[in-house]
Formats: sequence, structure tokens, C-alpha cells
Amino acid sequence: MAIRFTVNGASRSVDVDPETPLLWVLRDTLSLTGTKYGCGMAQCGACTVHLDGEATRSCVLPVSAVEGKKVTTIEGLSPDGSHPVQQAWIAEQVPQCGYCQPGMIMTTADLLARKPKPTDADIDSALGGHICRCGTYQRIRRAVHRAASGGGR
Amino acid sequence: MNGPLPRRGFRVSRRGFVKLSAGTALVLGLRLDDALAQAPPPEKATPNPFDAWVRIGADESVTLILGKSEMGQGVYTALPMILAEELDVEFSRVKVEQAPTNAAWYNHGTGGSSSVRTSYTPLRQAGAAARAMLVRAAAERWTLDAATLTTQSGAVVGPAGKRLSYGALVGSAAKLPVPDHKTVPLKDPASFRVIGRSVPRVDVPAKTNGSGRFGIDVRVPGMLFAVVARPPAYGGSVRKYDAGAAKAVKGVRQVVELPKVDTEGAFTRGGLAVVADSSYAAIRGREALQVEWEGGPNAGVSNDSLRHDFEAMIAKGGAVVRSDGDVAGVLGAAGARVAEAVYELPFQAHAPMEPLNATAHVKADGVEVWMGCQGPQWPQGLIAGVLGFKPEQVVVHTTLLGGGFGRRYAADFGLEAAQVSKAAGAPVQVLWTREDDMQHCFYRPFSLHHLSAALGEDGLPVAWHHKMASTSISTFWDPPERVKHEESEIQGAVNLPYAIPNLRMEYSHAARGFPVMWWRSVEHSVNAFVVESFLDELAAAARLDPLALRLKLLAEPRQVKHPAEGEGAPLDTRRFKAVLELAAEKAGWDTPPPPGRFRGLAAHYSFESYAAEVVEVSVSQGKPRVHRVVCAVDCGQVVHPDNVAAQMEGCIVYGLTGALKSAITVKDGRVEQSNFHDYEMLRIHEMPAVEVFFAKSGAPPTGVGEPGLPPIAPAVANAIFAATGKRLRRLPIRESDLA
Repeated sequence: MAIRFTVNGASRSVDVDPETPLLWVLRDTLSLTGTKYGCGMAQCGACTVHLDGEATRSCVLPVSAVEGKKVTTIEGLSPDGSHPVQQAWIAEQVPQCGYCQPGMIMTTADLLARKPKPTDADIDSALGGHICRCGTYQRIRRAVHRAASGGGR
Repeated sequence: MNGPLPRRGFRVSRRGFVKLSAGTALVLGLRLDDALAQAPPPEKATPNPFDAWVRIGADESVTLILGKSEMGQGVYTALPMILAEELDVEFSRVKVEQAPTNAAWYNHGTGGSSSVRTSYTPLRQAGAAARAMLVRAAAERWTLDAATLTTQSGAVVGPAGKRLSYGALVGSAAKLPVPDHKTVPLKDPASFRVIGRSVPRVDVPAKTNGSGRFGIDVRVPGMLFAVVARPPAYGGSVRKYDAGAAKAVKGVRQVVELPKVDTEGAFTRGGLAVVADSSYAAIRGREALQVEWEGGPNAGVSNDSLRHDFEAMIAKGGAVVRSDGDVAGVLGAAGARVAEAVYELPFQAHAPMEPLNATAHVKADGVEVWMGCQGPQWPQGLIAGVLGFKPEQVVVHTTLLGGGFGRRYAADFGLEAAQVSKAAGAPVQVLWTREDDMQHCFYRPFSLHHLSAALGEDGLPVAWHHKMASTSISTFWDPPERVKHEESEIQGAVNLPYAIPNLRMEYSHAARGFPVMWWRSVEHSVNAFVVESFLDELAAAARLDPLALRLKLLAEPRQVKHPAEGEGAPLDTRRFKAVLELAAEKAGWDTPPPPGRFRGLAAHYSFESYAAEVVEVSVSQGKPRVHRVVCAVDCGQVVHPDNVAAQMEGCIVYGLTGALKSAITVKDGRVEQSNFHDYEMLRIHEMPAVEVFFAKSGAPPTGVGEPGLPPIAPAVANAIFAATGKRLRRLPIRESDLA
């Protein structure tokens, strides 16, 4: 049975096992590969998307749970990579391998929407569930503060 | 880089660049890397002797085509910077293209912290040669002496406002002879305009908007998805299986038997591949698969059994890899002040954030493979050999790598994808789940170290005896007659920078067993911990300041040669001392640390670079917290300062994770950890403030991707000793060790 939801502003309908995690529907069915698989058990945050605006781990979320909801992926965060968080990420030269960064950026965008001026403790709390094996955490913290202060480049 | 790259045939010296074509572009071919360049037997040689090309087009484009993999270490930025500098064009003008796999040359390796240090001079020479040809073309056009002309941002400039862009000159420049690369004049580094500047990295924007394409993101028309059930115990096999339930899962197409491959320089585990319409269907299919496994010859292997073997080997005595003076005599002398300690370092997994994966399409006339890999020629040759193709029929497309750390040098994941594609008759992406990635890695070796030292009357060590036993990378990958432990396991321990008159090292390796390979900084991450921790023990025993002890042992300038050939420049103790002094100065070693914090330091030489780190830690209720890391590095000429700082930050996090968080353990021949809940990573709230400083030596560029890692674990352990009086001799640090 088809499951309908909105992805990055476009309505989509998929006919898959309703238990399929949203992650795999995005990547394999809809070819939106910006959302990453890292652990499959909500340990690393690489798969983070916005579900009705809220940062959500797509690797453990059955697609049936998004019926009728709005999903935003990294590809839809801004039309041209100009979201303040994306700009701050570039200004601070955050990514190394870059694989974890879509998840980091999606969580940060949600954090700033809720808390426009986050403290370091807020950042730890929001991003503590994410893993970057390249070790970009120091730059991530700087980039979150930069985005919060409205400074892109 | 040494190790399991296929070694065959003869070694050739780097050829000068040769003009390949003329007309609308000036194209120079060059060899980037002597050390990696190995030729096949002459009968297999192809006409193409190059591994990189510089192409300057009539449209003013400048393209650097090279076989280097971008895994976040910045090669796609640093290497074109070097070319832009000598060619005298704006950096933004130079575009990088991935070179096609070249079956003739094992030249596309990206590892061993080698890209900038080995490409620096060839790229400067190529840029300078092309520039000289363009200048000469302009001189002929204007009938002027070339010596009166100069260049500026992609144009040749002459007297009286004469100016010709490179694009307008390439046609005639391409008809000129190529200058000898060994004598072409290079810029004085004092006049560098590009090298030494932190330009924005070219790979960053695509990594912020989801467009960066990693191996796992490859999508090919008609492709299928697969996961593989591998024998849980290393060396095991399928006893019997029933694919019925797996095939009943919606979307599952077939279950394929994969033979294991275990030949020189090649290793896959074999098993059963579940091929499906989507990754998730394949994962579900594998869950439903009913398999009984044979444990195989290693089913009894565990950390305990390996440790037991190591103890026996050390007791028996290993191969003597260094012997200066009379260690036994000094240690055994009546009244000698002797210190002894046992250190143990665990297996570690690379755990790149992008789990391993590869996509392959096997057709009748050839194979196409897409994978993020550190050396595409290895899977190219392996796939050709196993599937019965000629190497030139196998094309490997290198994508972005979601972390490499050494794991993505191996070719197993590419070969598996090709095997599955052949059986499925379709393009197939083989995904390794996180559990697969963690349990079927090639791990950092497990090792045991017995150390003893004697202190002289002034408290300085006069004898040092290091007995080491480990699983061995060389034993795993190389045929017995070519096993060379001095290349793989003892670096950083056998070539101590410290002047100790009586010095002995013995090394024993376990029988070929658990799969091991290069883990970021390889043996240096192990040996730096042992050496720099034990030295700290000696300082404490002698009641000497740890920095003062080191500086005394470095007082006399010396060059320390590594026993193995091809391991680069000898260690220069003056540069080693300089990074220690710089880190100590910037950290305020001579001033008291903030209340509740304690300092530790360590230094290490690896990949021809020198790194020293001073850390500040506090320990509360058995939990250490690292607050600050001051890192001083001498990596010679710094090409991209911000990127070097980023690599030091990354090395420190990688090493801290190994020191504080995680270890791989083996029981019943299988790895006990499976995902990030039991193989934990350092996270943002545990990140110390990292400050990076450069010691300037005027030397050419040396390694950057790994040298920042080795000092961090011993620096932290030494700081914890300062805080608690507890000496940590095994990693990771456990709460029980501090109770």
C-alpha cells in the first residue's frame, strides 16, 4: 500500500514495506543520498532529517510513521546551500571527510530554530548524539556559534 | 608506504615529464611519487608511464589530473596549490580531475601521510617547466629575450605593457622542448604567494549540501543492493544454509555463495550474499537467512590466548632488532636502579563514518567499479585476477571517501562487490552494515611490551630494554620470505630519539592470524604510547621533570637512522627538541596549571614529521577529562596552515578515542564489539580545546595526516599520572584503573 508524505516540499508516494526505515526510502527509493547511513541504531546521527521541522533519526523511523508528514533532508534545507548553518560550516571549514556533516547540519538548524543563541551546553546536548570520526567537533562548535550570530562568511 | 600493495617486477626511477600532445592544449605528464611507483614485468608494461598530468587549455583552463583520493585530508586543495604557485596562476583557476586507474602503475595510493611530501617537488617542477615553456613561446612571439619576461596570474608579461595569456600561448608552447625537470628554476620560497595560505578547501561546499558523492551514494541504472553474511569467526566458513526464508522476504532476489579469497596481498572472508531491490530488503533477507557456520582454525583465538602466546614468545626471546652497548650487563649489575613495566595495546577498528561499500558492474568484456578507496589499483588487479579479466578491462572510479584511516586501502570490499555482480548479472552495491564494518575489519595489531631500564647516578636512563610481541601486519599480508617486521611493527620504538648508551629491542610476532592492517599512524600509535609513557615512569623514578629529562636526553644533536630502508629521512634530534620546547612554551609548562588540572606531555617522530603535545586533564570520580591540548608540529614547509591544523585536531580526536573510549576484543575467534554502543567514539562534549603551533625548520613538507596522533595517548596517561599517581599501562583507560 502506498505511503504518502512530503519531501523537501514535493509530495511523494512510495510502495514499500511499511517497516522500512525512512532512511532507506530516502536513499534507495527516492535517490536522495544526502542523508547518510552510519549505524542503523540511532547512535551516530548521520541520518538526521527534519520531520515536521524537528530533527529526527531516520534510520530507526519506519516510513509508515511519516504518512502525511513533512520531511526535509539536507538537499532541501535551502535551495542553494545558503542556509546560515551551511554558510557557517563553510566559513569555519568544518568538514573533513564530510560524511557525518549533513546530520550535524540538520540537527544544528533545528537547534537554532528552537534556541537562536545556544550556549555551549546547549550545543553539547543537541550534538552529543552525533559522531564525527574525523574529529571536527571544535570547528562544529565554532560554526554553530557563528551561525547563531548571523555570520556566514 | 609499505605493506601489502602488490610488489612485483622492478623499481623505476621517476621519469621527467613528457609532453603528450600539442595543439589546443599544453599537456605534461609526470610521475608524482617515486616511492610508490613500481613497474610490472616488462611484458605487461603499457605505454603510459605517467600518474599525473597538467593540462593548460586555450580556454585558459588549468587542470591537474591525478590519482589521489580525497578523504577529508585536503589533497584536492593542497596539491593544486603547489602547481598554481610555480605555474603562476590563481589557485581558483586550477581544477582537479581524478585520473583513471592505470593498470601499469601502482601509483594511486593515498596513505602514509605521503601525498604532499612526495608530490611537492614533482608538482613544483611541472609548474615551473610549463611556465618556462609559456615564457619561451611569448619570447619567440615578441622576438624578445625570455629573460626579460615575467609572468603574472596566468599571463606572460613583457616590456611596454606587452601581455599574452597562457591560453593564447599554449599552441606554440606545446611545440617547444620540455625543460629538464631537474634543472628548471624553482621559486624562492620567500616569494610564495599561494603555498602557505589557507585558501578555502575545494571539497567543502559539496559536503554541506548533500551533493558530495561518496561510494555509498553511487546509483547506477538497474542496480541491485546486497549485504553479505560472513563467517563470524575469522577463517570460518559456511557449514550449511537454507536460503528459503531469506528469499521469501519481499524484494530479495537471490542468495549467492561467495568463495573466500586468501592469496598474496588479497583477502576476503567469503560467505553468503543476499541480493535485493533495496539495502533494507537485503538486510532483512540476511536476518532471515539460516546459516550454520564452521568456526575454522581460529575458533579458539581470544585476547587471552593471544596474550598467553605473547608472554611465551617474550619469555623465549624474540629477534634482536637493535642492540647497542651491553644492556644485560648494565641491567644485571649489582646495585643497578632498575625500573620495569608491562604495557598492552589492543586491537582497534578504523570505523570510518561511511561504512565500507562498493558498487560493481561485471559485463562480458570488463568490469566497472565505484568505490571510495585509497588505492584503486589494488582492487583493479585483484578483481581482474579473481574474475579472469585483464587489469585494463577493470575500471575503478574513485569517489569521495567517508573516512579512510587505512581501512580503505584494502581491496576486499571491491572484490566482493564484483563477485556478487557477476553472480547477479547486474550492477550491485554491496553495503557493509556498521556491524559488518566493525566485525570484519583489518585491525590495528594487538601487542604486549615488556620494558626495563636502568638509571644512572644523575637519574638519566643508561640502559633500555624493550621486548615486544604482537600480531603482525607484515605476517598477515606478505608471503613468509618477504616478511619484514622492521618496516611494520617496531618503528618509533627501535629508533628512539633519546641518547641512551645501552639499548636493546627484541620483537616476536604471532603466527599469521587475526586480520590486521594499517590504522591511522600504524605502529606509531602503539610504540609512542609505550616509549613516552615508560620514559615518564623513569622521570618519576628519578624525580626529574618529564620535560627536563627529555631535553637532557636530546642535548646532543644527532641523526637517528631507521634500520629499514625507504623509511624516509633520519630523525633529527634538534627538530624533535624544538617541537617539545615549543609545545611546552605555548602550554606554559613552567607555570602552574589551572586549579584541579594536571599536565602531561609526549612527543613522537613519524612520517618524517615531529609532533609534541601537552595536555591538561582533570580526574573526577575515576573519570578523566581532557580540557586542553597544545600541539606543536614540524611538518616542514606548511602548504595549507588551516588544513594542517585540522589534521592535527583530527589526529588528536582519533588518538583520544583510542585512549579513552574503545578497544576491539576477540573471543572464540570473533570480534565482540558490533556498533557504536559498544565501540564508543569521542563526542562533542568530550572535545578538548586544541591549539596547534608550527615549528619552523625550513625543511620541505613532510607528513601531516598521521603524525599528530601518536603523542596524544601517552600525554594523557602522563597527565593522569600527575593527577592521581596511577600509571596507566594499557588502553583504553578504564574507570577501574583509576579507582
